Amino acid sequence: MKTFKGRVLAGGNWTGEAVVSHQGVNTLATFQSSALKNAKQVVVSDQNNSDIYKKMITGKALCLPITIGSTTGGLVIQTICSMKINPSAFLFSEHIDSLAASGIVLAQVWEGSDVIAIDQLGKEFLDAVHTGDRLEIKEDGTVTILD
Amino acid sequence: MYESKMKLTPKQLGMLNGDQGEMMARVMETLVRFGDIFGATKMVKVTSRSGHLVTSFGIGLLKPLFRTMDQLIEAGVKVQGDFTVDPRPLDYANVKCNPLEKLVFNKFLYSQQERYEKQLAALGLRNSNAFTCACYLIGNVPNKGDILSWAESSAVVFANSVLGARCNRNSGMLDLFGCIAGYVPYFGLLTDEGRKAKWKVIVKTSSKPEAQVLGSAIGMKVMEDVPYVYGLDQYLGHDSTDIDAIGYLKDFGAATASNGAVGLYHIDGLTPEAIESKEALIREDAQEYVIDDAELKRVQDSYPLMWKKPDSKAQLCFIGCPHLTAKQLLDWTDRIEAGLKNNGRSKVTCQTVLTCPPDIADEFRKGSDYQRLLATGARLSSICPLMYTNNPLTKGKAIITSSNKLRTYSIARYYKDQEILEIITGGKA
Repeated sequence: MKTFKGRVLAGGNWTGEAVVSHQGVNTLATFQSSALKNAKQVVVSDQNNSDIYKKMITGKALCLPITIGSTTGGLVIQTICSMKINPSAFLFSEHIDSLAASGIVLAQVWEGSDVIAIDQLGKEFLDAVHTGDRLEIKEDGTVTILD
Repeated sequence: MYESKMKLTPKQLGMLNGDQGEMMARVMETLVRFGDIFGATKMVKVTSRSGHLVTSFGIGLLKPLFRTMDQLIEAGVKVQGDFTVDPRPLDYANVKCNPLEKLVFNKFLYSQQERYEKQLAALGLRNSNAFTCACYLIGNVPNKGDILSWAESSAVVFANSVLGARCNRNSGMLDLFGCIAGYVPYFGLLTDEGRKAKWKVIVKTSSKPEAQVLGSAIGMKVMEDVPYVYGLDQYLGHDSTDIDAIGYLKDFGAATASNGAVGLYHIDGLTPEAIESKEALIREDAQEYVIDDAELKRVQDSYPLMWKKPDSKAQLCFIGCPHLTAKQLLDWTDRIEAGLKNNGRSKVTCQTVLTCPPDIADEFRKGSDYQRLLATGARLSSICPLMYTNNPLTKGKAIITSSNKLRTYSIARYYKDQEILEIITGGKA
């Protein structure tokens, strides 16, 4: 078991599976296809991100450095939270970027979303966690890799 | 009720607590929470009367956007002043689409366009021509030192760098909320410290570097940091209001912002803060990046070719992302006409679309130069090429462009201006 501590942006207690992107996640490219289809789950549609392409991320913990891409990014995060097909948690190794921060805040204030967001978990976190690992997230920003 | 970490004035606190209604309270809460994440110390007044929004397209998937816009309108909330917005995503008159592409655009991608444009108008859109990424070319020109609530990365970097205004790189919706509340959180590029350069960039090329490649190189190197660039004033002069300098800095900045995440650059001897404060703008711990001809070649050679068939001939060419200035539009008209004459051709080799702000296009269409442009087979539009390439059916097309931003966000292939000219006028296969 390895434990990491980050800054809580939107807190919560949660246990579940990790999906890991080592590169910045392009929000629009990742979620666009599933959202356009009104899908019940998000299957990642960004062909330029081989870490997560075609992976189902709804209800999982998306572990990433930051988000990148279009300034619609914040709106896209709000949209998938509104549709309740979002990852349960966004776990950022770096300081959250402004577009993802906008999305998390929009989801909290305008959608009443319970999405969890923790940032500044460190590069070591992203090196240690693997897709499929089980994670435990605590309200205080502690993230534990269970296996 | 949200308890802010930053210090708010009694008026701001009242807005947060609902003194101006529930909608305004939610708008304020969004801005304050956002600022708290970045350690903002306070909220400051937006001082420019005109905002600029990035979300110009009624893309069906953004359902919360349309719902929120309706809620704001029903609550009688409007921006203080007015705003311009990014280009429209469609222009069937000047950018040809086949019936299947139109079906995807109309029924799936931009199904809410008409509804969304009505919402924009109700909230304070300047006028029906206010659709451009280069709003500073159509009169939305903030003063030096103005605090802005803008989004659109290329417009923000231009406003910060060339005009000396102050604006962070905002997301869609936060731009609108800042215009409505009249306040934005004070952090990052709004602060003197945040505007200091972490990089000294020294340009040592043998001739004036291609704006879009130089911007790309710097963006990829410095990412979100502020660069202070030496050596460009010898090519651009010392007047940042010169129309040729504006065109260059617009294209350069867009590339720094899209290939990296630059929100502000300083050009030694040219941009207003560099002229005013000179090297006091550079942090003591600044890193150094030297750019010569070989470095620019290395950067351009690193661009991946995303076409399904790499040896395809160009089918569609976009020139003008960000939108062209009036001078650039005229220069391109002259160059295309002369290039065709040189190569013994009368028409461009592929569908060629030049894009500029609607006001500039309207003025250009009144003159004889427009007839010269049409005679070459090229077309003039005010579309957003990026929004066009969002259509999955266009991804099979061999699209070329001289825009590094369009290259970054689509499968379009990048060429320098001169290379583009040779391709579309038949000087190169």
